[in-house]
Amino acid sequence: MTDIIQKVKNLSIGFRSKKGEEILILKNITTNIKKGETVGIVGESGSGKSTLALAMMGYVKHGLYTIGGECQFNSSNLLKMKSKDLEKIRGRKIAMIPQNAGQALTPNLKIGYQIDEALQLHSDLDEREREKKISELLNKVRLPSPETIALRYPHELSGGQQQRVAVAMALAGTPDLLLLDEPTTGLDVTTQAHVLELLNFIAKDTGTSMVYVSHDLGAIAQVSDRIIVMYSGEIVLEGPSRDILKKPIHPYTHGLLKSIPKLSLAGLPESMPGSQPQPGTIQGGCSFFDRCNFSDDNCKNNSPKLEFLKDLNTSVRCFNYEKLVNENEVSQTVNKIKNKSLDKEILNLSEVSISYAKQKLLDQIFNRISDENPTVKDINIDIKKGETIALVGESGSGKSTILKSIAGLLRTKDGLIRFDEKRNLSSDLKGRDPNDLRIIQLIFQNPDESLNPNHTVEEIIAQPLKLYFGLKGEELKKNIIDLLQKVRLGEFYTSRYPRQLSGGEKQRVAVARAFAAKPDIILCDEVTSALDVSVQAAVLNLLQQLKEDFGTTYIFVSHDLAVVRAISDRVAVLYQGRLCEVGPSNDVYKFPSHPYTEVLLGAVLEPDPDIKPKLVAEDIVEERPPEKGCSFQGRCSRIVGDICKKEIPPWQLTDSGNAIRCHIPIKELQKQQF
Amino acid sequence: MKVDNIYKEEKKSAFAKLSEIIITMASRPSGLIGLSILVFHIILAFISPYIAPHDFKAIDPTLMLQAPSAEYWFGTDDLGRDVFTRTILGGRTALTITFFGSLIALLWGGLLGIFCGLVGGKIDDVVMRIVDAFLSIPWILAMLLIVSLLGTSTEVLIPALGFFYGKGIVRVARAATHDVIAKDFIVSARARGHSNFSIIWNEIIPNVRDAILVEGAMRWSWMLLGFSSLSFLGFGVSPPTPDWGLMISNARGLMSFAYWAVIAPIVGLSSLIIGINLTADAFAKALGIDRSTKAPV
Repeated sequence: MTDIIQKVKNLSIGFRSKKGEEILILKNITTNIKKGETVGIVGESGSGKSTLALAMMGYVKHGLYTIGGECQFNSSNLLKMKSKDLEKIRGRKIAMIPQNAGQALTPNLKIGYQIDEALQLHSDLDEREREKKISELLNKVRLPSPETIALRYPHELSGGQQQRVAVAMALAGTPDLLLLDEPTTGLDVTTQAHVLELLNFIAKDTGTSMVYVSHDLGAIAQVSDRIIVMYSGEIVLEGPSRDILKKPIHPYTHGLLKSIPKLSLAGLPESMPGSQPQPGTIQGGCSFFDRCNFSDDNCKNNSPKLEFLKDLNTSVRCFNYEKLVNENEVSQTVNKIKNKSLDKEILNLSEVSISYAKQKLLDQIFNRISDENPTVKDINIDIKKGETIALVGESGSGKSTILKSIAGLLRTKDGLIRFDEKRNLSSDLKGRDPNDLRIIQLIFQNPDESLNPNHTVEEIIAQPLKLYFGLKGEELKKNIIDLLQKVRLGEFYTSRYPRQLSGGEKQRVAVARAFAAKPDIILCDEVTSALDVSVQAAVLNLLQQLKEDFGTTYIFVSHDLAVVRAISDRVAVLYQGRLCEVGPSNDVYKFPSHPYTEVLLGAVLEPDPDIKPKLVAEDIVEERPPEKGCSFQGRCSRIVGDICKKEIPPWQLTDSGNAIRCHIPIKELQKQQF
Repeated sequence: MKVDNIYKEEKKSAFAKLSEIIITMASRPSGLIGLSILVFHIILAFISPYIAPHDFKAIDPTLMLQAPSAEYWFGTDDLGRDVFTRTILGGRTALTITFFGSLIALLWGGLLGIFCGLVGGKIDDVVMRIVDAFLSIPWILAMLLIVSLLGTSTEVLIPALGFFYGKGIVRVARAATHDVIAKDFIVSARARGHSNFSIIWNEIIPNVRDAILVEGAMRWSWMLLGFSSLSFLGFGVSPPTPDWGLMISNARGLMSFAYWAVIAPIVGLSSLIIGINLTADAFAKALGIDRSTKAPV
């Protein structure tokens, strides 16, 4: 018996534009959430997935309004309920776990107090029972020593712990339905895997229904029984999670799965053309028409209906789904990268250390940095011309810090950075001449922040051209248009402002700006992590293409091991600002590995329900690197004893030329990891 | 690639932008009221010498403290001068001096604030402590000192007022700069090796301009009040010239039996201040708290 807990019927939500047109964010959504099931809602930003989740608890964001349809919970329509009645449902029957728990918890109240508040509101327990319940809840979300955690303030907990507290608070009212809005998006890979595992456990343990909203198919694959795929405000595909991930019968999902880089495959995945249309711009026909490989004239003129296929137990919104039904599992074809990396070294980092410590007065006067335990230490990497090297690690691993030092934004404490074997780049910006600055360009993570919102695309790209080459007038204009064409943007983009571009287009402009300086090295700081999955592959492909054309060297920083696998020739794994492993990317992804690499590899989420993450180490967050011994000693599961705490481990070479820094002999590591 | 017309927005000329802002301002009742009052005062300041019915300095002992009549609309003051004439002329000096004073305050305060916000470190510390020190001196005392040493000419008043009202703008500009300074587009400009001047001019000013302009508009109304206070104390405009502050100061002792001589300049002064305040508010709203992220629809 499967009883339905929430019924969404013909729901449309939208807003009115300045011109008075009604613009729909959600279009005629109908779906049911059954008792005890976990439903994943997946879609790119702007697909309406969060709006749908919020509507499920009777909330419509300010500025939007319900145009039609209803959300039924226990056979009453939440969207028409008075706020007093809603109060009784929210928290007790339906609870929400927000994306950023750090911001959702009140900073100046203790954890225990905040959970107690939720309990007072949503249960009838007396004080003593509540106290017991608090430690019970904290135990349930697997926080160590609940009594001490309850007395802490939110800022004293790590991101993963904060998210656990948010889960505990949501569970305080023993809800029937739990809504999760991107609950793991801001977390490190290892923490994310732990939180997902906890959510799975809670779903089984309490029998709560869950609605899990995310853009990440990997996370959705781990938790959900059923998946709803949304595209520009519509459900385009709905069905059992395994079928959807293994044999998607909607072209969008099919393309999406193809464009996600996988650990098991080296090389760049195929990209999907275009981007999701903005709300209100679709003129009849299928909303996916522009980007679809299977579309015909019918799709252009008529919009398909959501069709339920009984034998597949799946609903699909497509005229041509049959073409995909007969196709086998998503076969991913990748563009193998062919880099001609020369033997010539372009950048050497030797014994580089970087410190953020505040300097004492005496040191300031003598202009020196003294720090016994700097944030980044002993970095030795030689980068060859034309290769792509990736720096990988969780937040706090020092990967961005190293990039900043190469770019000259941070002074190094010790060590040498040399360009082209001759030029010394160890100094910061002030000590470098304009040509030294030109040869190294940066591309940032978030194009919203890296492009000046008050400049047009033309002004943005003109800056390096004017600065380094002194171009003016017609010549400048011609160069700008050339660059835009190279990043596959048309000439008409010149007069636009960043806010009028989509995320992918913005990042292309940022890429064009970096290439405008004709650099030898481009530093890419998490360049794809702010982008949607379907756009990510396109940007990666573009970067690869440009690299082949210009022979540029990339230093690529990322926390996403699958992306790194796709684009890089060599990988350097960092923990707490110390190198753990360096080697060709093919070998780093094979065992034997450094124990930290092993942890990272185990935590990667693949959009495949059969591949479960392996949780090797605890997800503790360490504030500072240890003073002595191996940097990973605090979390290592293969720790061999005192030697790890006292001595810095030696570099060991594997047969394939992969260097690992560990006290455990390679052969021994290999045995343990197989 | 297809361009959707809702999202298409060409770069506009400064004039088109300004007229768009003014239309948005006037679309709110408070903005409309504020703008109308301000425009009325500005027009009045320009045309008042030509429409004044009487001579502003004509003293006539026989007409002392006359109540409002058909001949003297707002009555006469203790020297028998026409209050209506003096009131419509009384805002000219104040408006001119404070307008240029605010411009000076905006310029030096804004630029210094942006510079401090950008360079940070020791220079920032020292400059901000000096600004704090000046903020702790009661400005009216300092103004009185300057005026009594250098006289009350326009060449003294404008820079002096501009200096004292610019201190607050330094703080606002610095804070607005701190908001954008951490953004990657500034980091990117630094990494490319742009000079500080180029970063201030190209990257920072377009992003902090709105905040500083709004602050400047607010300062204008405060400065107007401050200037009238100086006149009230006898340190602003010299006597025969009509000025609201001076008029209020002269007639305040006679308020119990000749209220008209005080009411008219008070209404003039407060309506102008309210007008500027409402306009500044509407201006801020029309620009939007964060214009750059405003949705295009």
